[in-house]
Amino acid sequence: MSDAGDSAIVFRDVVKRFLLPEGREESFLAVENLSFEVARGERVAVLGRTGCGKSTMFNLLAGLIEPTSGTVRALGRDPFREFNWFRGRIAVVFQGDRLMPWRTALQNVELGIELLGRDKEERRAVALGWLERLGLKGHESDFPHALSGGMRQRVSIARAFAVGPEILLCDEPFSALDELTGQRLREEYLQLVKENGTTSVFVTHSISEALQLGDRILVFHRPARIALDARVAGGDREDIRRCVLEAMTASGTPAEEEKDAA
Amino acid sequence: MSAWYKPRTETVVALGGLVLVWQFASYFFPPFLFPPVPAIAQKFFAIFIDAESLANAGATAGRIFAGLAGSFLLGVVIAFVMGRSERSYRYLFPLLNFIQGIPALSWVVIAIIWFKGTEPRIFFIMVTTTVSAFSFQILDAYRSMSKELFEMTLSFRPGRRDLFRVLILPTIVPGMLTAWKVNLGNASRVVVVAELVGATGGIGYQLLQQQQLFDMAGALAWTLMLVAFVLVVQQVIIRLERWLLAYRPTAERSA
Repeated sequence: MSDAGDSAIVFRDVVKRFLLPEGREESFLAVENLSFEVARGERVAVLGRTGCGKSTMFNLLAGLIEPTSGTVRALGRDPFREFNWFRGRIAVVFQGDRLMPWRTALQNVELGIELLGRDKEERRAVALGWLERLGLKGHESDFPHALSGGMRQRVSIARAFAVGPEILLCDEPFSALDELTGQRLREEYLQLVKENGTTSVFVTHSISEALQLGDRILVFHRPARIALDARVAGGDREDIRRCVLEAMTASGTPAEEEKDAA
Repeated sequence: MSAWYKPRTETVVALGGLVLVWQFASYFFPPFLFPPVPAIAQKFFAIFIDAESLANAGATAGRIFAGLAGSFLLGVVIAFVMGRSERSYRYLFPLLNFIQGIPALSWVVIAIIWFKGTEPRIFFIMVTTTVSAFSFQILDAYRSMSKELFEMTLSFRPGRRDLFRVLILPTIVPGMLTAWKVNLGNASRVVVVAELVGATGGIGYQLLQQQQLFDMAGALAWTLMLVAFVLVVQQVIIRLERWLLAYRPTAERSA
């Protein structure tokens, strides 16, 4: 049931309202008339602070929750109603590494491929390839507690890429890492996304990170709706930075650079 | 022995001290109160070379395992029902709490009235006295499942069976092992009471025989037999735990 043309992701007038706990009649509006489209292979960075509805947008896109109203489409289909169709087509890199502590690095990378039902030899070969590509050769048998923060996040990136997703959702995956490790991983991530032609939605608090990783930057208002939609490719980065900063200030979302300057 | 179980110096000193004190007391009291240690040891080892005695010990072990297995299976089902439905939890929690508060001896009396055969009686007693603890411990383990890992796993869209296999089972295994360790001790105490009152074989029955004969050495030998059984099984569980939880840093595993 494709209705999205060349778009990999479509949000059209999406509203998401959560009921508050028992005994309270009012509801909480997390997403308010959110509309945007992401073309296939496009890299979009979403800027917004905690509580601006980006996690809700993620969960809507991942099909984990249903919108109260409006339309969400990924690859032309409804991610909530056609949940299983997206197996292997959407992958998520989370803020924390979220590795299973009882699985080795190799077994963690294998997880998504294993759930796709691939045989053991195939998934092992794919997982080994991704671990090697991300510089983790020799750490295949290490459990997460024996790896550094940067290595664990590499494993989680490998886990997401290993399923060969058409859409990759990233929720501040480098924010907990030190500057040097974060920068190195950003470069590796960008290279992987470009090489694989993966459509990616990357949530971040940092304008610099958004400028580095996105073809486009979306600034979210609170509750989630578009405060700014800026194309990065071909534009003057300083102009874009200023526009983003203004949009974030106007939407009540302090950017890291702004906070640093203060 | 050193490879499988290496006792600490303190353990050897404490238990060795108890043996010495007992032996010392045996010089001043009659054998029906404090039999000498060699007499107890002789009776203890005699159990291993007598087929009937071994059968009695085996019967008790079988009852403990059967009771714990039944209770474990029932506990898993109850824990999952409670874990998945808040409404079920609200009904089942007070029931289990009530059952847990009933003394083992009351269950023995109820079992004798309700059931005709020895084995159903003992199985019933074992299950009723341990099922609450199994249910609560497994429920705790289930509820302690990381929300972040759950979301991560769900992002790969697993089927129900896969979700159970890759996430839920590994999450609850530590809780299951702890439940077995705790309930093993409880079960060994309860089975003796049940056999003492309502059986014609097993360690509890043998203890009753020794009491009627005023044979303190025999009573202690059979008690040691039960303690040895529990310690051996506990060691097996600890080894299993170390193997299954090998992924944990050493400090988080059983010493």
